[in-house]
Amino acid sequence: MDIFGIPIQAFLGQLLLGLVNGSFYAMLSLGLAVIFGLLGIVNFAHGALYMIGAYVAWLSLEKFGLNYWFALLLAPLVVGAMGVVIERTLLKRLYKLDPLYGLLLTFGLALIAEGIFRDQFGVSGQQYPVPDALAGATNLGFMVLPNYRAWVVFASLTVCLGTWFLIERTRLGAYLRAGTENPTLVQAFGVNVPVMVMLTYAVGAGLAALAGVLAAPVIQITPLMGSNLIIVVFAVVVIGGMGSILGSILTGLALGLIEGLTKVFYPEASSIVVFVIMAIVLMIRPAGLFGKEK
Amino acid sequence: MKLKKLSAACTLAVAAMFGASPAHAQFSGDVIRIGFITDMSGLYSDLDGPAGAEAMKMAIADLGGAVNGKKIELLVADHQNKADVAAGKAREWMDQQGLDLLIGGTNSGANLAMAKVAAEKKKPFIVVGAASSALTNEQCSPYTIHYAYDTVALAKGTGNAVVKAGGKSWFFLTADYAFGAALQNDTATVVKAAGGTVVGSVKHPLSASDFSSFLLQAQSSKAQILGLANAGGDTINAIKAANEFGVTKTMKLAGLLVFINDIHSLGLKTTQGMYLTDSWYWNQNAETRAWSRKFFEKFKRMPSSLQAGDYSATLQYLSAVKAVGSDDADKVLAQLHKTKINDVFAKGGFIRADGRMVHDMYLMQVKTPAQSTEPWDYYNVVETIKGEAAWTTKAETKCALWK
Repeated sequence: MDIFGIPIQAFLGQLLLGLVNGSFYAMLSLGLAVIFGLLGIVNFAHGALYMIGAYVAWLSLEKFGLNYWFALLLAPLVVGAMGVVIERTLLKRLYKLDPLYGLLLTFGLALIAEGIFRDQFGVSGQQYPVPDALAGATNLGFMVLPNYRAWVVFASLTVCLGTWFLIERTRLGAYLRAGTENPTLVQAFGVNVPVMVMLTYAVGAGLAALAGVLAAPVIQITPLMGSNLIIVVFAVVVIGGMGSILGSILTGLALGLIEGLTKVFYPEASSIVVFVIMAIVLMIRPAGLFGKEK
Repeated sequence: MKLKKLSAACTLAVAAMFGASPAHAQFSGDVIRIGFITDMSGLYSDLDGPAGAEAMKMAIADLGGAVNGKKIELLVADHQNKADVAAGKAREWMDQQGLDLLIGGTNSGANLAMAKVAAEKKKPFIVVGAASSALTNEQCSPYTIHYAYDTVALAKGTGNAVVKAGGKSWFFLTADYAFGAALQNDTATVVKAAGGTVVGSVKHPLSASDFSSFLLQAQSSKAQILGLANAGGDTINAIKAANEFGVTKTMKLAGLLVFINDIHSLGLKTTQGMYLTDSWYWNQNAETRAWSRKFFEKFKRMPSSLQAGDYSATLQYLSAVKAVGSDDADKVLAQLHKTKINDVFAKGGFIRADGRMVHDMYLMQVKTPAQSTEPWDYYNVVETIKGEAAWTTKAETKCALWK
């Protein structure tokens, strides 16, 4: 049986791969959406934080012999701590200014981080082995799926849904959302809003780092890995609607699938299909698919 | 009568102008200015990049930093893998900085664009890092010299070896720009001539972040050989994903442009047994080893063939400048075209009318981890492809300068 001239097995395989890529998009755009939604900062340093997460994993394995599972915990903590420093020393001065300033600042930070890592490690990149427990592949009949990729989908969906639940369905999330709507009032109720905002940025940074660790075994760890991905992720956030958490998760997965299919039918367009969709969405719904018109 | 006198006067004037000026203008701007435009920060920057510029400085230092008392200056710029940036910088340097020689690094698209500028400005242009054979074929120019390697040589080396070893049916994974297209095309020609077939191909964008989808397509083609018509980070990620998805169990990989930095990054465990063609290898003989160890002290990694080529191109250009006592483009080019090239990069090399620097190429096989005796000891030289046999032949060329 064929779908548009492609055997159904191959078709299913490509859909599954699209889902794997979509999981990365979802996780990264989720962090961006959280930061934008709650801080109003367009965090261009997100790709760099993702890259640093992967490097933390690699360095902790090479220098200290700490395995993948430790790295999954360690990298978000280290990068989250960096997020705290960035927010306390730089970003907090910008909240009252035009979002453009935050964009420029974080873009500059990303370039600096990339430059430092390029100088230290070169661009050919480092290898990170797939952890033993997840090595090997499963034959699904229509394709051979490496176990690690299946884990990536599982881990990323868990994290995405967990974050969504935390922000949209818990008391803490309610404080967070309220704090961004009307900080003075929430402060009056005895909630420490500045600390909450700082931790939000740290969590966003930590999510990027976690995605970096998840990506480390499947791609070459290079200083450029963030910038190769970040533009697409931004497009995902724009399509989903800036600041919409559920929107960024669903759009991330959907665009991964669409991109995967483009790679089958017209590979040359696979690097631009996301942007074409972005243009169309912006024309029809300027606030994004899940965004609220203001 | 009057006319005769006038023309005689004109002839004299012209002769005076031509005859007199060189006495004080053998060297434009009183300095020898070399420009190097390459990928300094992107996916190809380890293969050439800052270390390539450093190799050129080694050549300049070997000549004492000056030729005939004229200082040698090196300008370096990053083209970011963008043809328009490369061409714009080349034009700026030639118009405003009095550039004497342009050396082109990696990226065929950028180099084809720079070649046009050099031809227009009549300045020598030596391409080291880019691979497209079009530089000395359809788009050849009297001002372009293609130095280290090209897609035809890679195709003839690896393509022939793989078909001979039984790899008859091919599927190509190709970087979607000038270089990838040229490499696929040249390899397909060699494969077909050797009795093989091309089953299909898929194009991927430059610096693709994910190759799994393309590899699945390759796998379903049922070809024996997966030809990787890409380079640098793209080749590395493709090989990595091919291992992960078990593509390597059903297909053999043929890396059509693989540099030693890629092997270093991937490790011998993943790459052992792979065939590749390169223009130079640091661990060939005592001379290459000695030069490479000097390089290693600066960078803590061994030089790629491109970095050795950067060194050699600079050295040969400056030697030609010294021989003719001028940095005049046409004089230096004429000297380069008639001089044999003998240095750490090439032995008995010469520059053909189409601009191709003809020298031996090497078919290599990646060692197993057990065979490798020290870091960066990665290759066995399986075959030396001698001189003319490696390159485009006179029968095949479309270059008008070599007809």
